[in-house]
Amino acid sequence: MQNPYLPYPVRIEEIITETEDKNLKTFKLVFLNPDDQEKFLYKAGQFAELSVAGKGEVPIGIASSPSEKGYLMFTINKVGLVTTTLHCMKPGDIMGIRGPLGNSYPWDILKGKNVVIIGGGFAFTTLRSAIVYMLDPVNRPNFKKIHVIYGARSPGMLLYKDELAAWEARDDINMHITVDSTEDPTWKYNVGFVPTITEQKAPPGNEDTYAIICGPPIMIKFTQPVLDRLGYCHDKIIMSLEMRMKCGIGMCGRCNIGKEFVCKDGPVFTLAQLNEMPKEY
Amino acid sequence: MKIIRIDKKNWAGGLEKLKGSYRLFGPVKDNEFHNFKRLDKDELPDFNYFNTRLSPKSIIYPQSEIMLEYELDENKENHHVMKESKKDYSQRVVIGIRPCDASAFLLVKRNFDTPEYKDPYWIRSYEATTFVGLACNNPQATCFCTSAGCGPFYEDGLDVLLVDAGDHFLAKIISSKGENLLEAAGWDTETDADEQIETMKQEAEARITSFVTTNKLKDKKIIDLFDAPFWEEVAFACINCGTCTYVCPTCWCFDIQDEAYGLCGIRMRNWDSCMFPLFTLHGSGHNPRSTNMQRVRQRFMHKLKYYVDKYNDGIQCVGCGRCIRLCPVNIDIRKICNMMNSYEVQVTSD
Ligand SMILES: Cc1cc2nc3c(=O)[nH]c(=O)nc-3n(C[C@H](O)[C@H](O)[C@H](O)COP(=O)(O)OP(=O)(O)OC[C@H]3O[C@@H](n4cnc5c(N)ncnc54)[C@H](O)[C@@H]3O)c2cc1C
Ligand code: SF4
Ligand code: FES
Repeated sequence: MQNPYLPYPVRIEEIITETEDKNLKTFKLVFLNPDDQEKFLYKAGQFAELSVAGKGEVPIGIASSPSEKGYLMFTINKVGLVTTTLHCMKPGDIMGIRGPLGNSYPWDILKGKNVVIIGGGFAFTTLRSAIVYMLDPVNRPNFKKIHVIYGARSPGMLLYKDELAAWEARDDINMHITVDSTEDPTWKYNVGFVPTITEQKAPPGNEDTYAIICGPPIMIKFTQPVLDRLGYCHDKIIMSLEMRMKCGIGMCGRCNIGKEFVCKDGPVFTLAQLNEMPKEY
Repeated sequence: MKIIRIDKKNWAGGLEKLKGSYRLFGPVKDNEFHNFKRLDKDELPDFNYFNTRLSPKSIIYPQSEIMLEYELDENKENHHVMKESKKDYSQRVVIGIRPCDASAFLLVKRNFDTPEYKDPYWIRSYEATTFVGLACNNPQATCFCTSAGCGPFYEDGLDVLLVDAGDHFLAKIISSKGENLLEAAGWDTETDADEQIETMKQEAEARITSFVTTNKLKDKKIIDLFDAPFWEEVAFACINCGTCTYVCPTCWCFDIQDEAYGLCGIRMRNWDSCMFPLFTLHGSGHNPRSTNMQRVRQRFMHKLKYYVDKYNDGIQCVGCGRCIRLCPVNIDIRKICNMMNSYEVQVTSD
């Protein structure tokens, strides 16, 4: 019987400090046993439990894309016990990973569609995975127009700055990067909150257009009416939720919303699905 | 199904024989109550009880259980790599479990043995166990098993059903596991007592005076019940002590924690409870179930609606009555179940 609680051993290959407040770091992890890597087949939108021996586990969205081979990438905000320990670790250290867990963005449904990605703050991690996946030359023909609206408090708080710049330069993806405010005279992108930029830049909703939205509750709260005005049906608005988790496999009982377990039946739900569920998240 | 007659004078001898090949667990007097515990040599289960104070769930699913272990010493090979802890899954038998408590394991099994994931700890200990039930000739006032999907002589979840018939037990064999056990004990006097057991069963069922109504739960909408106006009132007196979930044979929620001692450590799981605010507290400080009312609602909605909808086979409650007897503020699941079952959304027209 395969033990779903037993993490695969991994080594930290590289740690990149992402933001000016140094609270977000990206970890590149490599499997100690190549066989484990073969087993870890994931899709953009899934998450994993990162395990630190002696401290515990944390559920973290997978920031790398299945099209990037040989390593996994996670971007971690320093919050409490386990994430603070992770921030103190160094390349070469051994840790563990369980997964992939949860459903993913609905790639079968998104095929052949326009995709509008709306992200705020550090919830951009699995959205990065989605973007890199769609831009992979093998996959790009499977999608129509791709729009990305991504905002952070200030330029220094944006994740994956080099990649953002590279995507800006491409013509097969429409980037709309924004910051709440900035005094930086060299800033050449948008200034304004994500809902406002969405109103200005997002294409109107139709049968062929899906929005994937991840961000802090306040951003979601104000972006949703904008999408309504733009004509997005609720089954075309896709969201990823966060709950406190332990097992990640629907057994420990804590991450439910109604009868759904966010760890197993989610974390990705359409707004139409969420409308039918209790407002308890 | 075969029925074996066990004269009480052969009881102790048979049990001692079993101890050669099984680990035995049974109810014993523990201060003023009964609880299940491992039976030592020459120790007998004490059947002079209605039901144990705690459910026997800990025999399969210990309150604290080591799952994994690891070395933190960087000089050792495989340091920081988790491995499964060695466990004793040799065969064992629970003697004298009440039919409701045994059927509770079947409800819990749906959580731990799923098509996608198998919890190896729960499944291995469940599979290593033979369940010898003790039929309830005298149900208590708080027992509502017959309307909660089982009953005082219920057989699903058992390998043998023992019926106390005065100077002897009638042992009804329910599975091959049960048959093997009786053989190992040397009890082999076949008897024809189907009718006697059937009569005793009907008498016992007739003594049950307490019921829940669950027939309409399935048809209600989750959101309607969730938003029903009675939750504040239901939860008003609850002090969130967690007694109800602790004693419940069908509550399975757990927490996972690491503990390190010097240079080695373990990952363990501990029973947890939806009644505790920490259960759902995010690292950010946000808590989707921060109020007492939300937690009480979760407990009842899980047992009486979410479970019903998820598995389409009744409520997540077997009617043992422990939470009713032990709740310090007299919150009664029967009353809440009936409220939920009879709740109709008020259609307001203006
Ligand atoms: C599906 C999913 C994806 C996530 N992706 C990311 C990500 O990409 N980057 C990132 O920085 N954070 C992410 N989080 C949030 C992250 O899991 C928490 O910040 C983290 O668990 C806090 O753990 P801690 O030990 O540092 O904090 P403590 O407050 O010390 O938490 C103790 C334990 O409680 C649990 N816990 C506490 N808060 C949360 C929470 N919000 N969500 C889940 N479990 C929690 C964990 O088991 C944790 O070990 C994600 C959460 C979920 C559910
Ligand atoms: S036993 Fe009673 S008071 Fe204690 S948590 Fe349960 S319902 Fe609340
Ligand atoms: S995290 Fe355990 S049930 Fe979802």
